[in-house]
Amino acid sequence: MINRRKLLAGLAGSSGLLLSGCDRFGSSASGTKLLDMGEKLTYLVQRGLFDRNALAPEYTKADLSPIFRTNGNTMPKSPAYQALIADKFATWNLQVDGLVEKPQNLSLAALQAMPQQTQITQHNCVEGWTAIGGWTGVRLAGILDMAKLTDAAKYIVFYCADDFDGTPYYESIDLVDAFHPQTMLALQLNNQPLEVKHGAPTRLRVERQLGYKQAKYVMHIQAVDSLAKIGEGKGGYWEDEIDYEWYAGI
Amino acid sequence: MSGISSDARLGLAPNPADDGSTHVALVATPQGGDLVKRHRLSTRLWHWFNAFTIFIMIMSGLMIFNAHPMLYWGQYGADYDHPWLEINNTSTTGYMKLGNVKFNTTGVLGLSTYPDGSVNDNAFPSWVTLPGEYDLAKARRWHLTFAWLLVLPYVLYMLWSLANRHIWRDLAPERSELKPRHLWQDVIDHARLRFPKGAAALHHNTLQKFAYLGVLFGLIPLMILTGLTMSPGMTAAWPWLLWLFHGRASARSLHFIGMSLIVGFIIIHLALVIVVGPFNEIRSMITGNFRLPRDRKAPSKAEGARP
Repeated sequence: MINRRKLLAGLAGSSGLLLSGCDRFGSSASGTKLLDMGEKLTYLVQRGLFDRNALAPEYTKADLSPIFRTNGNTMPKSPAYQALIADKFATWNLQVDGLVEKPQNLSLAALQAMPQQTQITQHNCVEGWTAIGGWTGVRLAGILDMAKLTDAAKYIVFYCADDFDGTPYYESIDLVDAFHPQTMLALQLNNQPLEVKHGAPTRLRVERQLGYKQAKYVMHIQAVDSLAKIGEGKGGYWEDEIDYEWYAGI
Repeated sequence: MSGISSDARLGLAPNPADDGSTHVALVATPQGGDLVKRHRLSTRLWHWFNAFTIFIMIMSGLMIFNAHPMLYWGQYGADYDHPWLEINNTSTTGYMKLGNVKFNTTGVLGLSTYPDGSVNDNAFPSWVTLPGEYDLAKARRWHLTFAWLLVLPYVLYMLWSLANRHIWRDLAPERSELKPRHLWQDVIDHARLRFPKGAAALHHNTLQKFAYLGVLFGLIPLMILTGLTMSPGMTAAWPWLLWLFHGRASARSLHFIGMSLIVGFIIIHLALVIVVGPFNEIRSMITGNFRLPRDRKAPSKAEGARP
């Protein structure tokens, strides 16, 4: 006969088994495949069922976080970047190439001379914290239009000046987000030129995705048809390193 | 036949405890000792599927919480802002800070040990998180894949339950049940662990109905919607989410509170299953068959004057 004590012990025991079982399943090959389904389904549904140009909510100055928290790298270590800081980014150049008809080389002054837009938006960290900041910069679509993507281009990759233990930071987005009206290369935060800790001289703002997609210290933009041969193939530093989702719209 | 639910009419016979005579529930009000059909197939299927999914969601959610073990109210909230809840540690003690009150939680929250004895400085200990060791990426993959397995069956179950009138017939309280005196009696009965016997046990009692309705129409939708409010893709598509919950930081707090209430529900639910009769209760959720508890005060049928 099953008595209460046995039943309780059984429940506790089976939940322990379930737990370690889940842990093992989660790191197995088939488990990893199954657990990747959520990201794929979310990407499919968000792109398929919702307005692809829906705007991230914008806030007012009254809503700004008193201090905009930083995360990740706050001071790129490379001598080349240190030299850029020393000359106040006067010799900085943004390289735009890959599957484009007209590769570009844009100085900071050239970016500043382009039409600027400002948006006060939410920064959604994957860890769970949220900050609100006002970004001013150049719409990415404007830069991509100058470079003229070829039909083969499917993704835009951003290579950055910072690194983790020698592995450079990079990120990538699809063309829907790349041409989204709010996607920009930000030059200012809260009306001040971007400080080094926030990604000087420019960082990506792709407002409908999580914080790690907002690549800082962008040096080079490349249009590609596949992410397979970039980095370790998952489309971004954290994606490669610890398996964060490439599509961070959730 | 009036007053007997359609489920009761399916009551099975014979009653093995009877003195040889067979009691056929088809022709009479089922009594204590009768085996009756209790849970619909849709309820049973969803129950077990969900029992698994909810555990995955809670445990992977607690690991996600570990990535930033602070909760805030408002549109934003990060390290320089004021959390209303924080689970953290100094080098020697784990603590939970609720408002300005600090509780020492060493050993459980903030600072605990892994099964191998090594120090775990995460907010929630490894025995309640998935994965057991800190891994935000994997926890998010569990959580955001199983979120689909929570939402889609939930929607199907609700549609099914509206279609087969489960919600109206079995869960919606009748007017008489809402009278203060009845409710008070139900509270007292629960406090004394005195539960319906005989034919009265065919139906959920009133507090039980409130609990199930609260989960189905309150907590689960709250969890789904506050979850979506933390997604920057979704708040762009549905900005009203941020308006509804007063911001992403608030939604995250409500998501945590909702989870805590679900944990409370599960604990009470399991405790009552054990108190009322685990074998009968678990069987009824697997096969649908439930033996009505006998009423100790009234004479049982076997002793009754039967020809």
